[in-house]
Amino acid sequence: MSGPHPQTWLKTTPSGLYCEPGGFHIDPARPVDKAVITHGHGDHARAGHGSVLATPGTIAIMRTRYGGDCAGVLQALEYGGSLKMGEVAVRLVPAGHILGSAQVVLEYKGSRAVVSGDFKRREDRTCAPFEPVNCDVFVTEATFGLPVFRHPPDRDEIARLLHSMRTFPDRTHTVGVYALGKCQRVLTLLRAADYHDPVYLHGALVPLTGTYRAQGVEMGETVPVSQVDKSDDLAGKIVLCPPSALGDRWTRRFAEPVPVAASGWMRVRARARQGNAELPLIISDHADWDELLQTVEDVNAPEVWITHGREEALIHAISATGRRARALSLVGREDEET
Amino acid sequence: MKDFARLLDALSFQPGRNAKLRLIEAYLKLAPDPDRGWALAALTGALSLPNAKAATLRELGAQQAGEELFALSYDYVGDLAETLALVWQPTKDAPRRNDLSLSAVVEGLQQASRREVLPLLTGWLDQLNATERWALLKLITGGLRVGVSARLAKQAAANVGQVPVEEVEEIWHGLTPPYGELFAWLDGRAARPDALAALAFRPLMLAHPLAEGELVNFDPAEFRAEWKWDGIRVQLASDGDTRRLYSRGSDDASGAFPDIVNQMDFDAVLDGELLVAHREADTLRIAPFNELQQRLNRKSVTAKMLQDFPAHARLYAILFENGEDLRALPFEARRQRLEQWHAKNRRPRFDVSELIEFDAWAELEKLRESARAASIEGLMLKRRDSPYLAGRVKGHWYKWKRDTLTADCVLMYAQRGHGKRSSFYSDFTFGCWRPIKPSDDSVNRSADATGRELVPVGKAYSGYTDEELKKLDKFVRDNTIDRFGPVRVLAPKLVVEIEFDAVQLSTRHKSGLAMRFPRFHRIRWDKPVAEADEVEVLKQLIDGRSAI
Repeated sequence: MSGPHPQTWLKTTPSGLYCEPGGFHIDPARPVDKAVITHGHGDHARAGHGSVLATPGTIAIMRTRYGGDCAGVLQALEYGGSLKMGEVAVRLVPAGHILGSAQVVLEYKGSRAVVSGDFKRREDRTCAPFEPVNCDVFVTEATFGLPVFRHPPDRDEIARLLHSMRTFPDRTHTVGVYALGKCQRVLTLLRAADYHDPVYLHGALVPLTGTYRAQGVEMGETVPVSQVDKSDDLAGKIVLCPPSALGDRWTRRFAEPVPVAASGWMRVRARARQGNAELPLIISDHADWDELLQTVEDVNAPEVWITHGREEALIHAISATGRRARALSLVGREDEET
Repeated sequence: MKDFARLLDALSFQPGRNAKLRLIEAYLKLAPDPDRGWALAALTGALSLPNAKAATLRELGAQQAGEELFALSYDYVGDLAETLALVWQPTKDAPRRNDLSLSAVVEGLQQASRREVLPLLTGWLDQLNATERWALLKLITGGLRVGVSARLAKQAAANVGQVPVEEVEEIWHGLTPPYGELFAWLDGRAARPDALAALAFRPLMLAHPLAEGELVNFDPAEFRAEWKWDGIRVQLASDGDTRRLYSRGSDDASGAFPDIVNQMDFDAVLDGELLVAHREADTLRIAPFNELQQRLNRKSVTAKMLQDFPAHARLYAILFENGEDLRALPFEARRQRLEQWHAKNRRPRFDVSELIEFDAWAELEKLRESARAASIEGLMLKRRDSPYLAGRVKGHWYKWKRDTLTADCVLMYAQRGHGKRSSFYSDFTFGCWRPIKPSDDSVNRSADATGRELVPVGKAYSGYTDEELKKLDKFVRDNTIDRFGPVRVLAPKLVVEIEFDAVQLSTRHKSGLAMRFPRFHRIRWDKPVAEADEVEVLKQLIDGRSAI
C-alpha cells in the first residue's frame, strides 16, 4: 500500500461508515449531509439525507419506495463512472446483489478501499454481475458466514417448486419473497425454467416490480391478486407475497395454500421450520460461504473488514489465509437477509 | 438417492397427514424397484442398517471444516447429521454421480463389514448434494424423524394399489424388504402374496361409536356386552416357538413386553387389551392408561419397568386355535371357544374380559354411568351372531363410551394450525386457577387480584365449528400480549368449556395434571374468567389411585 492506511480515513461513526477526506457516509443509518448508497434495501438506503449519490437503478428504487423528495439531491452515477468527492475519488462497480446494487470504490492518496455493500457472485438476470476490484481494504458482509451455507444452484430450487406444483396441482403455491430483489429474481428464474403462466403478486410487491420492468428487466406476465375475481382461488397457480403474508388471513382466499419460502436461510432446517414453510427454497441474493472466501481471494486485499452477519467464522477462515480480518460493528444493519 | 432425499425433505416440512400421504404415494408410484421397497422399509422402521455414532460424525465434520468452524456450525444448526451434511465438501476429483440409487446404498451397507462402512459412507457423501447427504446420514443415524408412522407409510402403499390398508397389514409380517411381491401385487402384475401362515397379523375387528338414540332400534336379546378397557388393543399370535405381539397398526411390539411374550407358549391367535395391572392380595387392579404409556414405544424394557408397570393381557376373542381359523364363527361360539381355551391354558398374566349380564338397555345405561373407575372407557356391545370381520364394518360392534367430563378453562396460548388452518390460530393451551405459592415471587402476569394464578392444564384443537374458529382467530389477534416464536400469549379473557374423557396426574405439566382427549365443548364468551374452574376441582376428577 503506497498511501495512508484506510483505517486513518475510513471510520465507523454512530451513523455508519464515514469517509473523512470525502466528507460523506456510506449507507448511513440516520440522516446525514452527504450519503453514498450501495443499494435500495431499507437497512442501507434511508430517506432524509441532504444529498445522495447512487446508481440510476438504486435511485429509481428509492424514488419508488420513499418518493421523489426523499433526499435534498439525488445524484446518479453510472457503473464505472468516477466522481471526486472532497479529496476522494468515488467509483461505483456492480455488486450483483439486486438491481442497481454497487460496490463503492474509494481512492485516497494512492490507497484503495472497496465497500461492497451486499453482494453475490452467481448469475442474476435482474442485475449486472459482481466485478472484483483489487484493493488494500475490502469491506464485506458476512450474512452467510458459516460453512453450512453453500447455496445450491438456483435452477434446482425452482425445479423443486415446479415438482411440488405437479404433486399438489389443486393447491395454490404461495411463495414468500422480499419485495425488492427476491421477488423479481424469482420471476426471472421461473421464466428461465420455462414457466410461462401468469404469476400473481401481493399488492406490496407490485410497485417495485414495476420499477424493475421500467429499468428493462423482463419478468413475463404478472397479475396483482387484487385484480383477480374473488371467486377464483388460484388453484395450481403461483402467488408471490411478502414472507409476513404467508399463513396470514390474506391467504384464505387461495386453494389450500402451500407456504413456500425463498431465502438463503432455508438451508438450515430449524430456520425453515420457524417460518412454517412447507417448501423452503434456498434462493439467496447474498454470497455463500465459498463465494465470500473466493471474493476475498479475487480482490486480493491484505485486510478485510466485516460489517454484519456471522463474522466470527469468517474472521477465522480469512486469518488462516494470512490476511488480516476484523469485525466492524455498524449500527442499523439487519441480520436478516433482505 | 435423489428422489428418496427429496421425499424425506418434503415430509420433514409437511405437517399435514393427507399431504404426507400424497407425497409418499407419489414417490412409490414413480420410484423403481427395489428403491421404493427400501424406502418403504425405511419409513416403516423395518430397515436395519449399521449405525454411525455421533463421535464418528463429529470426527468427519472436524476433518471437513476444521474443529473450530465445525463447532461454530454445529452451534448454529443444532443437529449433528444436518451440520455434517451441510459442511461436507466433495473432494475435487470425486466423480459427480447423479445416479447413486437408494438400493445401492442399502445393499452396500448391508453387505459391508464394520471396517468398510466408513470409507463407503465418505465415498457416497462425495457424490451427493447437501439434501441427499442429509438423507443418507439420517438413514444411518437411526430414526428418520420425518413424522411418518409405519401405519401411514402402509396406507400410502395401499393407496398405490387402491386396496384397503387392512389387506396390506394382513400380509405385512410375511413380507421382507424390499417388498418385490408386495409391489407386484399393488401394481396389478401378480396375485396378493400369502399371509405368513399362522403368525401373520390378522386385521382387527373394530366398533362403531353408538349414535345418540340408536339403542331404541336394537333388541337387547341380540347383543352381548363387555367393558371397554382403556389400554391398547393387541393381537397375540404364537405357535409356541415364534411369538408376536401386534399393536393396532400391525406393528410388532413384542420387544417391549417380554412379560407377556414369555407366557405365550401356546398355539393360538388371540385378540385382547394390553393393560398394566397390579396384583394386590387376590385381586387384580388395572392401572390408568398413563402407567401403560410408560411401557409403550420402546424397543426394550428395564427390569424396574417390568416390576413397576407389570403388563397384563385381557382377552376378547380367539381367532385361531392350533391352526384352526375360528373367525367365521358367530360371537357366541367364539366366546365359548375362548373360555374353553383359557380354562386349559391358564397364565398368570392372562385373563378373559368378563361378559356383563343384562336384560334391558336401562341396566347397562346405569352401569355405564357409574363406570368412572380407572381404565374403563365405557361399554362394548357385540351382536351374538357376528363373525370376526376385518376392520370397521357397520352393524356388528358398537362402542358406548362413558359420558365425558367438562371444565371451564381460560385460554392462555394459541398457535396456528396447519394445512387448511394455516392462517388460523386454531391450537390452544388453556389453564385453570390455583393459589400462588408464597415461594414463587416471580412476576406472574396471569395472576388475579385474589392471589390466584392460571396454570396450563391441557391443549385442544378441535370441537369448534368453522364459524367459531373464525371468532377464536379474531380473539387471538385482538388479545395477544406477547409472542414466543410462533406461540401467542393471550390476555386471560376468554373462558371455554372443555370436554374430556379423564384427568390423570402428570409431571409433564405445571399443574400436575393431564387431560385425556380434551376438546372444545362450548365457548363461554359470556363468562367472567374469575369464574373458571380451579385446578383443585380437576384434581378431584382423577381416576385410579396410583398414577405417575
